[in-house]
Amino acid sequence: MNNINAIEARGMTRRFGDLIAVNNVDLTVPKACVYGFLGPNGSGKSTTIRMLCGLLTPTAGDIEVLDYRIPEQAEELKRKMGYMTQRFSLFEDLTVRENLEFLAAIQNVPRAQQKNRIATLLRDYHLDDRQKQMAGTLSGGQKQRLALAGAVIHQPELLLLDEPTSAVDPESRRDFWEKLFDLADTGTTILVSTHYMDEAERCHRLAILDEGILVADGEPMEMAATLVGRTFQVTTTQPRKAQAVLLKEPGVVSVAQIGKQLRVMIGVGDSIPAHLNQALKADGLDAVLQSAVPNLEDVFVAATHRSHLEHAR
Amino acid sequence: MNLRRLWAIVIKELRQLKRDRVTAAMIVGIPTIQLLMFGFAINLDVRGLKSAIADQSHTSASRAVVQDMLATGVIVQAQSAQTPDDLMVALKRGRISVGVVIPPDFERRVAENREAIQVLVDGSDISVQNAARQLAQIPLNSQSSLRPAQISVVSFYNPERVSAINVVPGLVGVILTMTMILFTAVAIVRERERGNLELLITTPVSRTELMIGKVLPYIIIGLIQTTIVLALGVLVFHVPTRGHWIDVYGATMLLIMANLSLGLLISTRAQSQFQAMQMSFFLLLPSILLSGFMFPFAGMPKAAQWISEILPLTHFMRLNRGIMLRGASLLDLWPDALVLIIFTIVMMSLAIMRFSKRLD
Repeated sequence: MNNINAIEARGMTRRFGDLIAVNNVDLTVPKACVYGFLGPNGSGKSTTIRMLCGLLTPTAGDIEVLDYRIPEQAEELKRKMGYMTQRFSLFEDLTVRENLEFLAAIQNVPRAQQKNRIATLLRDYHLDDRQKQMAGTLSGGQKQRLALAGAVIHQPELLLLDEPTSAVDPESRRDFWEKLFDLADTGTTILVSTHYMDEAERCHRLAILDEGILVADGEPMEMAATLVGRTFQVTTTQPRKAQAVLLKEPGVVSVAQIGKQLRVMIGVGDSIPAHLNQALKADGLDAVLQSAVPNLEDVFVAATHRSHLEHAR
Repeated sequence: MNLRRLWAIVIKELRQLKRDRVTAAMIVGIPTIQLLMFGFAINLDVRGLKSAIADQSHTSASRAVVQDMLATGVIVQAQSAQTPDDLMVALKRGRISVGVVIPPDFERRVAENREAIQVLVDGSDISVQNAARQLAQIPLNSQSSLRPAQISVVSFYNPERVSAINVVPGLVGVILTMTMILFTAVAIVRERERGNLELLITTPVSRTELMIGKVLPYIIIGLIQTTIVLALGVLVFHVPTRGHWIDVYGATMLLIMANLSLGLLISTRAQSQFQAMQMSFFLLLPSILLSGFMFPFAGMPKAAQWISEILPLTHFMRLNRGIMLRGASLLDLWPDALVLIIFTIVMMSLAIMRFSKRLD
């Protein structure tokens, strides 16, 4: 089809009985890009990833991954793809080295290269001194590194990662992301799902999923830029009370307390809300309202809020 | 099929098996314990069975026969009895295991060459039954010139006896059915439960490679178990092997493969390891009861016979008894061998077909 995009999906839909887990999702993932899937639990991230690698048959839609038609050509895709499941899925009763040896054979890593490849991975993923340890006894971060090493052992063109860092401490998460960028640098396309904002922020591109619907996509910075003029910060001594007051005002999309401050978002097209200041004053609150630079969290709130309104209709 | 991938799966299974102490213990423990238990219960040299003798004849000839019987040491007189009814009551209450009835017309029956003595046996105890039957075979060298055929043994509660020698050839099959089905039944389910399967099915590994790779290591284990049972059978219980060892292993191999593919099919169906175990036990019971291991095939109702014909153990039972006890070769018994081969192919194909590399 083309050489620029690793994944092209149109109208991707998956139903489980009455539940629509993924609803008419269009997705374009450019090659050598770290593409993030952001969404709460149950938003359809895992289902989408599983459809993309042929584990689940889509109810409707056209999917092309690395120019293979999915699910028809899923077996061909599997040779060029690495997949890391949400849960640690290597063998806990095999050692680190045995796991990698097993995957090298299963993934058709040429026998002559196997030894070198495993040595490189053990070094790059800091597992050198763990190679004789049972995988089940590794720490969360070590397991994660082993799982990633296993997923890339055959140097796949595409890497699908389903919430890879959900059981890992912040430092391991940072290391993990460094590895992802190293891989992207060598031309690997990476699709990674997460529910962490800071991780989503790191992605080259991002799609936000909510209740099976793709509610926004683009580059994180660009997405945030569209919200300029809609986000505010309220500094007050009584944040809980101020929040209650603001939520009643028309045009307010959300009010969230962050430490001692409130973060307020107003709807599209609403001007700088002088009436918010008045409302706060009227209730006798000592509050200062300033405009704030929108961040990804705001993007997420704006995107999911819109879809909830549409659902309500 | 890619041999390197297949081999990788076999090695992986063996490594996991080596580390799974419970399973490793089961491989050796089940055959050893079972054989010793079954073997000793059956081969007990029974002496001193409690008995009562109702001598209604009161002749010198009948008294001589009674003396001869007691002289064997197999039975001892535990209480007195006058009528067969007395014996029945005592038997039912468990006070005696053997009752001997000598009818009033004993001498005339002997003269007319009819059954002259009846031995009533508590058949609920297999070893007692066997001992009593031996009793009936004892030539009674009394002046009455009674021949063994004139002593009839009536066994209560278990009309067919299982002989010690019959047990070992069959027991090989029972143990293999018990362990082989169970091992593979949990094989795929366990990987599904642990999350390994989701990884495996996103790799180029094929369904056939996965299924055959899972089965191969267990064939070796099955053969180890067979060797344990046969070695103990020969060394401890002196079970004869009239046929060739190669035929015995050949038949065993066929049963192992049939059971493994059946287990694999269970594994593709079961949702959890617990369910897989339940299904295995559901199959195990009819296998033991209907295969001819416990009760003779000929005595079963038609419906039970049909069920028993689909059980691999039934065919193995025929094969192995034929080979070990009658000295037949595997080729002589080709129909049963063929059934096992067909069974394996069908079950394996179903397992491969049922196993999907998808999650839906």
